Amino acid sequence: MRALAVLLLTLAALPLMAARGTASEIVGALSQNRVSLTANFSGSEILIFGAIRRTAEELAAEENAEASGGEDYDVIIVIEGPRQRVDIWRMDRVAGIWMNVESQSMASVPSFYAIATTAPLADILSLEADGQYHISPREAIRAEQVGDGSPQALLFSEALLRIREDAAQYLSLERFVHVDQGVLFRTNVRLPANLTEGAYTTRMYLVQGGEVVSQYRTAIFVRKDGLERWLHELAYDQPFLYGLLALAIAVLAGWGASALFRLIRNS
Amino acid sequence: MLVYLPIAEVSTNLFVLLGVGASVGMLSGMFGVGGGFLITPLLFFIGIPPAVAVATGANQVVASSISGVLAHLRRKTVDLKMGTVLLIGGLIGSSIGIVLFRWLSAMGQIDLAVQLSYVLFLGVVGALMLQESLRAWYRSSKSGAKRRKLHQHTWVHALPFKMKFRVSGLYISVIPPLLVGASVGVLSAVMGVGGGFIMVPAMIYLLGMPTKVVVGTSLFQIIFTTAYTTIMHAVTGHSVDIMLATFLILGGVIGAQLGTQIGLRLKAEQLRILLALLVLAVCVKVALDLLIMPDELYSIRVAGMH
Repeated sequence: MRALAVLLLTLAALPLMAARGTASEIVGALSQNRVSLTANFSGSEILIFGAIRRTAEELAAEENAEASGGEDYDVIIVIEGPRQRVDIWRMDRVAGIWMNVESQSMASVPSFYAIATTAPLADILSLEADGQYHISPREAIRAEQVGDGSPQALLFSEALLRIREDAAQYLSLERFVHVDQGVLFRTNVRLPANLTEGAYTTRMYLVQGGEVVSQYRTAIFVRKDGLERWLHELAYDQPFLYGLLALAIAVLAGWGASALFRLIRNS
Repeated sequence: MLVYLPIAEVSTNLFVLLGVGASVGMLSGMFGVGGGFLITPLLFFIGIPPAVAVATGANQVVASSISGVLAHLRRKTVDLKMGTVLLIGGLIGSSIGIVLFRWLSAMGQIDLAVQLSYVLFLGVVGALMLQESLRAWYRSSKSGAKRRKLHQHTWVHALPFKMKFRVSGLYISVIPPLLVGASVGVLSAVMGVGGGFIMVPAMIYLLGMPTKVVVGTSLFQIIFTTAYTTIMHAVTGHSVDIMLATFLILGGVIGAQLGTQIGLRLKAEQLRILLALLVLAVCVKVALDLLIMPDELYSIRVAGMH
């Protein structure tokens, strides 16, 4: 509901904004910029919305060329989770048994990646622009930097993309961004339940004729909260104490159960 | 209902966790085993990272062994002296196991090592148990069968550093119990099991301990070894998930009580045949996973995590 109110306010402010600036710009916002991982966290739906701010000349030009249509803007929205170092292992049959035989490391790949667009990415973004802004998942993981860059090494980065797409950690939401009246855009992205803590940078690109015209950045902060946060911190900061706590629970539960059931049986 | 597990960093259905705990608890109540050898593979199947499954499995075994050992202490069927010797071996073995575990993890071979150990140990123990219980069943159906000799002298009795174990009525060298304890300690660290399925036969056949003190004494050793393993995994790998353990234990203690009641109604020989078949079934399932070509040949490991 609050998101809708913000959306309406943005709409009301548009004529004012159109007067300033020299080139078209994109401005955006999120329905929420904090996600708390608590015991009952089962994913979170995030509404991403914003507006395309056009210059006065453009608006005038468009009014004249209304019949011909002109070239429209497209919008690309990217949500990228904290980057991590990963090892990708390949299995092979050794003496009849399937085991890991070979691995490649990738120094920095996003733990989560979602890309939402107004049209198929290949149709609206040139390869050069993709390479410059690292927009497609393949560019985001810097697929070519794996190993020595040989075709064999590239199989590993392809495998990473395939596995993460199957696990819905990398999402491709083509045609999921809706644009109203060439000005307002919005999309929904569902963050899965198995999120990593950290800042999820959210980038919004305004593209025209295959080139990026304007971009806007913001972030969603994902953190463990409540009991989960406390346990996770204890496990990493005070591992010995954490281990003792784990044991105490086990001992209490084991002893408590036996005492309780003896009581029930004797009564 | 989904719960987010803070260390495993996955969301899992609460009732699945309680169900796993309860069914393993029930089996452990029926058969008098810790159930670690079932709970760890089951956790793999529901998507818990192997390192977390092994470490949390060890923690769960602590809980399931405590109620058992209390009952045995009340009946005075625990050889504390023998238990302590086994425990010293166990702590040494567990420390070696933890180092081995870290090393295999770094090599990317921990899954394979865990799976191979499961196939090997469950296969051997399951087959021996099935053979033994079938023979016992066959013997019990015929009357006047010959009884086993009460005490046999083997190479075990020729070793130095002898010690008197009054409760077990033994005067043997401390080397074999130390070795038995140590090998069980390694298994506890690498496989996330208590190791009772190895220790019980070893105590009967190798050390020649009387059957009535075997289960209590092994439980006594298992509690301390798995407790030590839990702490070591928590300190070296941050891989014990208290949340996961709590739900497993909760399901487990209820299941164990039900299992004990069911176990009392079944005949001992039939129970042992069932347990042997169960052990062999888990062994076959794990072995098939190794032999059948997986759908996805590649796997991803995130550095700094499990």
